[in-house]
Amino acid sequence: MTDREQSTGIAVDSAEVKHARKRYRAERRFRMYGVAAIAAAAGMLALLVISIVATGWTAFYQHSIALDVTFEAKVIDPKGGRDPSVLARADYRKLARASLRKLFPDVKKRGDKRKLYGLLSIGVDQQLAELVAADPSLIGQTRRVEIYASDDVDSFLKGFIDREAPESDRRIKDKEIAWLDKLETDGAITSHLNLRFWTKGDSREPELAGFWGAMVGSFFTLLVTLALSFPVGVLAATYLEEFAPKNRWTDIIEVNINNLAAVPSIVFGLLGLAVFLNFFGLPRSAPLVGGMVLALMTLPTIIIASRSALKAVPPSIREAAFGVGASELQVVTHHVVPLALPGILTGAIIGMARALGETAPLLMIGMVAFIVDIPGSVTDPATVMPVQIYLWADSPERAFVARTSAGVMALLGFLMLMNALAVILRKRFERRW
Amino acid sequence: MLDSETNSATIADPKVVCRDVSVSYSGKQALFDIDLDIGSHQVTSLIGPSGCGKSTFLRCMNRMNDVIDGCVVTGSISVDGVEILDDEIDAVQLRRRVGMVFQKPNPFPKSIYDNIAYGPRIHGLVRGKDELDEVVQTSLERAGLWEEVKDRLLQPGTGLSGGQQQRLCIARAIAVRPDVILMDEPCSALDPIATARVEELIDELKRSYSIVIVTHSMQQAARVSQRTAFFHLGIVVEVGETEQIFTNPRDERTQGYITGRYG
Amino acid sequence: MPNSDAHIVRSYSDELQNISALVAKMGGLAETILTDAMTALVKRDADLSTQAIQADKRVDNLDAEIEYQVVRMLALRQPMAVDLRSIISALKIAQSLERIADHAKNGAKRALVINQSPPMDATRGIVRLSDVAREMLRSVLDAYVNSDAEGAVKVRDRDEDLDVLYDGYFRECLTYMMEDNRNITAATHLLFIAKNIERIGDHCTNIAENVYYMQTGERLSTARPKGEDAMGLKAE
Repeated sequence: MTDREQSTGIAVDSAEVKHARKRYRAERRFRMYGVAAIAAAAGMLALLVISIVATGWTAFYQHSIALDVTFEAKVIDPKGGRDPSVLARADYRKLARASLRKLFPDVKKRGDKRKLYGLLSIGVDQQLAELVAADPSLIGQTRRVEIYASDDVDSFLKGFIDREAPESDRRIKDKEIAWLDKLETDGAITSHLNLRFWTKGDSREPELAGFWGAMVGSFFTLLVTLALSFPVGVLAATYLEEFAPKNRWTDIIEVNINNLAAVPSIVFGLLGLAVFLNFFGLPRSAPLVGGMVLALMTLPTIIIASRSALKAVPPSIREAAFGVGASELQVVTHHVVPLALPGILTGAIIGMARALGETAPLLMIGMVAFIVDIPGSVTDPATVMPVQIYLWADSPERAFVARTSAGVMALLGFLMLMNALAVILRKRFERRW
Repeated sequence: MLDSETNSATIADPKVVCRDVSVSYSGKQALFDIDLDIGSHQVTSLIGPSGCGKSTFLRCMNRMNDVIDGCVVTGSISVDGVEILDDEIDAVQLRRRVGMVFQKPNPFPKSIYDNIAYGPRIHGLVRGKDELDEVVQTSLERAGLWEEVKDRLLQPGTGLSGGQQQRLCIARAIAVRPDVILMDEPCSALDPIATARVEELIDELKRSYSIVIVTHSMQQAARVSQRTAFFHLGIVVEVGETEQIFTNPRDERTQGYITGRYG
Repeated sequence: MPNSDAHIVRSYSDELQNISALVAKMGGLAETILTDAMTALVKRDADLSTQAIQADKRVDNLDAEIEYQVVRMLALRQPMAVDLRSIISALKIAQSLERIADHAKNGAKRALVINQSPPMDATRGIVRLSDVAREMLRSVLDAYVNSDAEGAVKVRDRDEDLDVLYDGYFRECLTYMMEDNRNITAATHLLFIAKNIERIGDHCTNIAENVYYMQTGERLSTARPKGEDAMGLKAE
């Protein structure tokens, strides 16, 4: 005690100081744990993104083989009528094969010939047909056309197949390598951006498979989801929060909404299968049904988010509006809902983002089918992005691995876009009171 | 009827007459048989310790308690002879006649102009933009705010200072041309200068309106009001001329409260 | 103290008590000066006179102190109701007490002058007057300290007796002067002393009215008992 009485201010070596030091140490330790936790999470995320990008980036470019194709009139259009349906059905593969044979005249054996033809994508006929359909005057001329390489060749050219490996372990044999080397020295092998990925639907052949069909399918599905869940969710939340009396019934409803938010999504899929498909007989694999199922799944999220946004509007604003004689509906529509809107929209977008990434319930209603065509409406058969990724991940071809990762990147991109939109909306419309 | 000699709850020519007003929240009674008259063109202040029911009573006069679940108001309150506790009376119409200003300045997060224009718009009091502009200007002028904000009418009302916000709220209340203005501790969030401005405004407004003000500041009650009612534990202990209440209260409890003694 | 209940802010109660203690002290001092001045007159004691004259300075100081305290409390405490009344009353009572002490001091000064002349019978007559005045002062101070509004009313009623006594003494002095014109100087001084004592009675009445107001919040009716004075003038 005398010690403390003598010291006029801050002691250097008292029990108090020791205690304070201990406190600071504890604080520093706590901060360190926090930083470590964040670093671990960031590291995982980085690892995930890096691994996806590393495997997926090669899907964004593709190799083609440039051939001088002679569009022989007698093969394409023997009758000379230039009838589009005739032009579409012609045997274009023959033309491409003829060009290849011209380049490698010494390939005689049947088996070798098939291997030679195998350098080109199976979609070569479609590719040439599209050219002719776009410009029928090509018939009779010879043009240098860049034809997609087959997926194995593409993989080889991207370096996924090791030249030094024993021939039996390779999907590309020595002969094919020799041909490709010749083509390469001729400058016939080109690489270019893979536009097909962004513009076409699915295909059995990796080099032809595109993501666009899945994107359009997701768009239609989300459109249906949004159109159903947003108005219903906002109305339900507004009624429950602003108008409904607080009694046992509303308590039960509230508890059930919270429970519904925690129900596994596959259950909604089963519900959709039983009710929408089997009972109402709605079309299978359609974005309409997918959207309805996802709307059911998103609804609780939107209601809960909207209710908390409405709750966050200060009561003083309600009082102010009541005070000047606004009716209950006017208070809600003129003041409370507009103020809660950023929160409501954020909740809705986050719900939508969850719906965008959802797979399980859609598998139950048949949106897992292999669909090549781009859906044109909500009732056309379609698939969605995460299901497409699932389908590709399941495919055996080597080139689908990269496409899967590319699909994941596209999906993540859309999710980030939607979250960014939520942040922007919140910042833009947030009001201070 | 109370004895007017000792407790002048009744006055000649009252604007609002309250008789046997009782309020309970979910079965818990907060006010017991309140008898009180509010005079025309004067300021009546309600004072008393927290939880004594003065705010509850204030909110009875424009039926703001309707909004609260489980709140039951009985008795009789008449404004200009019209019984307002009747179910037939539309609370929305009543609140136009009996405006309210709250403890915390609560302008809408809209422009200054829209804050004032909102009331006249929803009640259909004006025809056309010119008339609305005029109402906005006169309301702001009466609230003594026009000179300060005339160049920034389209800026948000929430950007004003606390005192200006409270005067904006008063302007908003008078824009719908009420007869009575209720004020629930209007200066408790303001600094002394802003408080003085609001008090000056109240003094000005009493020529045109009947004002009831709840305040925790006895000095404020003494400064702005002509009549004062002291509430304690849900009853009106004493009502009288403000001067009498603050120099010579008749009831021990009033005395104890205003002099700051244990009661 | 007018009110025994304590304030929530204890220092406020302390300050109020301090003011009333100062007033009581001042009253006691004024009473002593009055007693001393009269004793000095009767006993022809010059030292006592001087002592009484000196004591008046302390009364003046106390008056200044009370005024300072009152202003301070009005500014800092913003007193209401009974507190406001007691503080204002303290200020006014202190002023009255200061006047009372002045009048008593004036008596002590005149006693010094009178003592230059030979003793005269009229000196004894003044004791009757001063006894009544002192009794009034003592009673009114008791009423103040005990917060006794009734006692204050009684004090006020006694002022009439004092006025009657004063009128009688006035005539007595006139008689002495007519008897022997050498008495005129001393008798005139005695007459002034009597007038001072009569004024002291009036101040006691004022104090009584303030005590009554402090206690009840009401003013006593202005129709205060007042007799016809010696000059034949009717009081208002």
